[in-house]
Amino acid sequence: MDFTEEQLERYSRHIILPEVGGKGQKKILEAKVLLVGAGGLGCPVGYFLAAAGVGTIGIVDDDVVELSNLQRQIAHSVHTLGMKKADSAKKTFEALNPDVNVIPIRERLDSSNTMDLFKDYDIIVDGTDNFPTRYLINDACVILKKPLVSGAILRFEGQVTTIIPGEGHCYRCLFEEPPPAGLVPSCQEAGVLGVLPGIIGGLQATEVLKLILGKGKPLMGQLLIYDALGTNFRKVRVPKNEDCPVCGKNPTIKTLTDMPEEYCSI
Amino acid sequence: MPVTVKIPVPLQRITEGKEEVTGEPGTIIALINSLDKQYPGLAERISEDGKLRRFVNVYVNEEDVRFMKNEETEVKDGDEISIVPAIAGGR
Repeated sequence: MDFTEEQLERYSRHIILPEVGGKGQKKILEAKVLLVGAGGLGCPVGYFLAAAGVGTIGIVDDDVVELSNLQRQIAHSVHTLGMKKADSAKKTFEALNPDVNVIPIRERLDSSNTMDLFKDYDIIVDGTDNFPTRYLINDACVILKKPLVSGAILRFEGQVTTIIPGEGHCYRCLFEEPPPAGLVPSCQEAGVLGVLPGIIGGLQATEVLKLILGKGKPLMGQLLIYDALGTNFRKVRVPKNEDCPVCGKNPTIKTLTDMPEEYCSI
Repeated sequence: MPVTVKIPVPLQRITEGKEEVTGEPGTIIALINSLDKQYPGLAERISEDGKLRRFVNVYVNEEDVRFMKNEETEVKDGDEISIVPAIAGGR
């Protein structure tokens, strides 16, 4: 694949970086990344990946744009209120960069469609808002051996980790089980600072680009914790759990199952 | 120098808004129980019947206590303890 004049200009600040270069930019243009969720996290991740020239961006989301989303979900606008978020985001990302093929998937992930949706992508990005989907995405990525860049936000705090199945920890090694309903509030109940997903999503997009380029050190075996109020970034170590039910030595989870719905109300 | 305990934002309501509290060396569970006297409700959020809850991680410096001696892990003066609950927000 040769660059067009326009591409050479558009990506010039990337191409000039020795860590990217023409070769790296080609890798970015050929990459296929799936965003699960086109909300607070999915918007900035997709926005920056589209700007970077990621060739194919799939977006899984069955929600519609509401006014209360616009405080933080920067890919949507008053012009797309009521539209499916996957379509609204497609419109925004393609306006930014026509090189990018955005595939809207107006579905909710469950055990029946996840494997099929993930199989065509190189990297999965988790920007969902509930625990059952987070464990579902993790298990599918471990089974399919797809790298997963996971981010989460609540109030003034964010977490990021990169899961490379077969090499490092998985989400179940990090958090063995989801909290029972009611113990951890949702963003809707507890609030979230509008810019917080921008920071965490920006970190996720960085992780994705590093994985595509094969440069730097991904957040593998580590959890990065950001506290916006104290302006603190902290990292803790996340070892691979030998007894993990999905990625351990004797896995008991070999197919996907849906967690009870009650966890959804968290 | 006491042990420093970093409190995550969701639990700061219990610690009167403090993002960091201090305690005495000893086992993790003893530390949590002694902090509970000053901040009632803290122990219940992190532990149950003397065991750490499985969806809350506790780190001594950067290490997860589950891969050490869990709630019986000894902490010493100057150690930094982080309490990290799973969060799931994304939208």
